[in-house]
Amino acid sequence: MAVRQEGNALSRVVNDPVSRRKFIALGGGSAAAALLVACGSDDSSTTTTSASGGVEPVIEEKFGKGDVGILNYALTLEYLETAFYADVAKSGLFKGSDLATIRKFGEEEAEHVTALTAFVKKLGGKPAPKPKTEFPLKSAKSVLELAGTVENLGAAAYLGQAAAIKGAEVLSAALSIHSVEGRHAAALNTLLGESITPDGAFAVPAGAPEVLKSVEPFIVS
Amino acid sequence: MNKQELAQPELAEVHLDVADGADLSRSEVILKGALAAGAVYGAMSVAPFVSRALAMSETGDVGILNFALTLEYLESTFYEEAKRRAGASGELKSLIDLIGRDEDEHVGALTETIKKLGGKPVAEPKFDFPYKNTKEFLELARTFEDTGVSAYNGAAPQIKSKEVLGAAGSIVQVEARHAAAIRLQNKQEPSPDAFDPTLSKAQVLKAVEPFIA
Repeated sequence: MAVRQEGNALSRVVNDPVSRRKFIALGGGSAAAALLVACGSDDSSTTTTSASGGVEPVIEEKFGKGDVGILNYALTLEYLETAFYADVAKSGLFKGSDLATIRKFGEEEAEHVTALTAFVKKLGGKPAPKPKTEFPLKSAKSVLELAGTVENLGAAAYLGQAAAIKGAEVLSAALSIHSVEGRHAAALNTLLGESITPDGAFAVPAGAPEVLKSVEPFIVS
Repeated sequence: MNKQELAQPELAEVHLDVADGADLSRSEVILKGALAAGAVYGAMSVAPFVSRALAMSETGDVGILNFALTLEYLESTFYEEAKRRAGASGELKSLIDLIGRDEDEHVGALTETIKKLGGKPVAEPKFDFPYKNTKEFLELARTFEDTGVSAYNGAAPQIKSKEVLGAAGSIVQVEARHAAAIRLQNKQEPSPDAFDPTLSKAQVLKAVEPFIA
């Protein structure tokens, strides 16, 4: 069951100075899947992307101000995950317990969408629209790898916003989603034969610029 | 005599008594509750409660960090013992080594952070883990990891410092990853719910109390 990453599939390395994560895009002529690996020398104290407080400019610009902006950013990522799992479940690439896991994770992402939408409305904001998405679904192996990428990135994305959230209730909700994304990531890493904690004992956050850059290939409009 | 059973009803009463007027923190209320329990059940029964409640009465980020440190001590000791006691082999053995290392690092980081903030790290408690085989070990591991996730998630919104919050978030994600991996070993759903539940400090202490010797 363990599926391993092939080293020769890695074609491009982009070093992002903000969080010192390395992005490795999977090439091969098709839509590139971004795969993220933690930089070995990461130190949690240097990666508090939004520790200075305040919402990242790219979030304010694309998703709105304050907690509404952060929630809409998260909502967009959850829409993406939900669509991904729905496409994967329909692809016929998985059966049995793997399919059951994919369905279960997809249902949980859909619940996140519902909760975040309600939260945005509660704060008087307008929920972000559902993006049109497209994912490369070639083989069970590549899909599992993409799922692992998406979940690890999702967990890092939530962690990257924690310190910027103002409302205690919003923070509480974000945290209880964040740890579920972490659970998904670890389960997929187990399935992939990869470390459950690729960053080591301290998970590394990801800022919005790098997260949005990584998901860009999957958003059609 | 079960200390826990004695104290709980008293806590509830005292909580009501001080509800109006006084701006008492929850830990102060619990401390008063422990003293009240002592008044009812005699001084002998109160000592462990007072010491524990005093540890909890630390306010602010240092209090939360010391609470977290106690949980990390528990997990760290649990996995250290498991290397000898859990009867694990293969994948589970590697997992125990990995998780144990992470918990040790959490203990180290929390201790350093508490010192940095001018606080005094709590002493490592003595623990007693009642499992007899791998299956019972796994069930206990699941309980500790899931409780750890809920404990951090419950405490984090009260953290004042953005840096401390970031560190707590970084640790809780790792606890969640441990929880998922342990659950898979246990043939359980890695993420049973779409939202991890939160637990209050008092709920967490009640959950871990039976394992503190």
